[in-house]
Amino acid sequence: MNQEKVGRQIVLPFSVSVRISFNSMRIRLGRSFITIMGILLTIAFLMSILAQASIQNALISRGSPAIAAKITVDESTQARMRWLISLSLLVCAVGITNSMLMSVTERYREIGTMKCLGALDSFVIRLFLLESLFQGIAGSLLGIIIGTLGVTLISLINYGSEVLRVFPLLELFRYILFSLVVGIVLTTLGAIYPAYRAARMVPAEAMRREE
Amino acid sequence: MPEDMVVRTRGVKRIYHLGKVVVEALRGIDMEVRRGEYISIMGPSGSGKSTLFNMIGGLDKPSEGRVYIDEVDVAQLDAYELAWLRCRKIGYIFQTFNLIPVMTALENVTLPMIFAGMSLDDARDKGVELLERVGLGTRVHHKPFELSGGQQQRVAVARALANDPAIVLADEPTGNLDLKTGKEIISLLKTMNREKQVTIISATHDLKMIDVSDRIFWIRDGRIERVERRADVSIEVGEIEGE
Repeated sequence: MNQEKVGRQIVLPFSVSVRISFNSMRIRLGRSFITIMGILLTIAFLMSILAQASIQNALISRGSPAIAAKITVDESTQARMRWLISLSLLVCAVGITNSMLMSVTERYREIGTMKCLGALDSFVIRLFLLESLFQGIAGSLLGIIIGTLGVTLISLINYGSEVLRVFPLLELFRYILFSLVVGIVLTTLGAIYPAYRAARMVPAEAMRREE
Repeated sequence: MPEDMVVRTRGVKRIYHLGKVVVEALRGIDMEVRRGEYISIMGPSGSGKSTLFNMIGGLDKPSEGRVYIDEVDVAQLDAYELAWLRCRKIGYIFQTFNLIPVMTALENVTLPMIFAGMSLDDARDKGVELLERVGLGTRVHHKPFELSGGQQQRVAVARALANDPAIVLADEPTGNLDLKTGKEIISLLKTMNREKQVTIISATHDLKMIDVSDRIFWIRDGRIERVERRADVSIEVGEIEGE
């Protein structure tokens, strides 16, 4: 009986989803700027730790002995480096998840409204996923640029032009890709969970939540 | 017109668990609404009218009992069918307008049409036409925050009518509006009700609504206290407005 009276065809074309997510970011510029800044800072932190380790290693193995001698690398520095990298990853995960959690929870009412208009759970998740993807890419790229440039500059000041001669381009590139992936994955994961929870609520509950 | 029930509820109960406290918001509601009727659900705050509104609109699930929209049991629908029902059969209007803040008036109105599978161009044309109908022809590209409360509610009315629904549900549609704007929204709803034969069900405690309603369901403590036809209501609306 349901087949006659109730259809099930509900659509949201992909191009429209992209436009909605993009506009939603553009219009809430202040809010998405803060979210992007959050991602940017954590990724810049991660990238600077990785880049610093990479440049120092290059100086030690291929740089002039005089400069290599300036860098003391013993067991404890190595351990401290590893500790810093894992710490920065942790900061990344917590910071980004928190940013995304905030930006989704403050929009519960909007999610409830969308569902009243006939949005499927998957539309809501898709819109937030796209939005977080844009933010993740933007934040990570900026963070990588700032982190890498910052560390390179500091190394140049500390160790002089020797840095450029031994510049570990390939290794840095690998770290850049790694940071990009970390940034994007954490951002989308951080957004999916709260969006999924919000999308699955009955609309009445989602709309009540904000108050 | 045939006796064609667009909404039917049978023994609807809704129980909330607030920590250890159990609150019975609805204690068994039986109501029937004919196609094309203008219904007001009246009652003091906390009487359960918004809860009932959510039940009829498929926005929340009853703890017990059944809700039929167009003779279809809402509880039997899967997520896709439920979304379809909300998209095509029911239009919603809220006290807080609930427009999508980042979208223009036109985008808000076209969104349900896009969900329904209408082409972007057709949705645009129809959206502009609907906004003209509610008197916002010159403001189609304004964002909600650039519009007054009354104008936002007009956008919400246009959006509710986007897919030519069988029912428009309005939860305190005049609650956040001043007297004059509230009246305008009420008469707009009444016009739509007459012209498009759309059933309007409005949860409200705005007595101005009585004047346009075909029937009034008075709710108290989660039960229907009484049902009145407009002709039987003795209140002179004009006298009460000052309160």
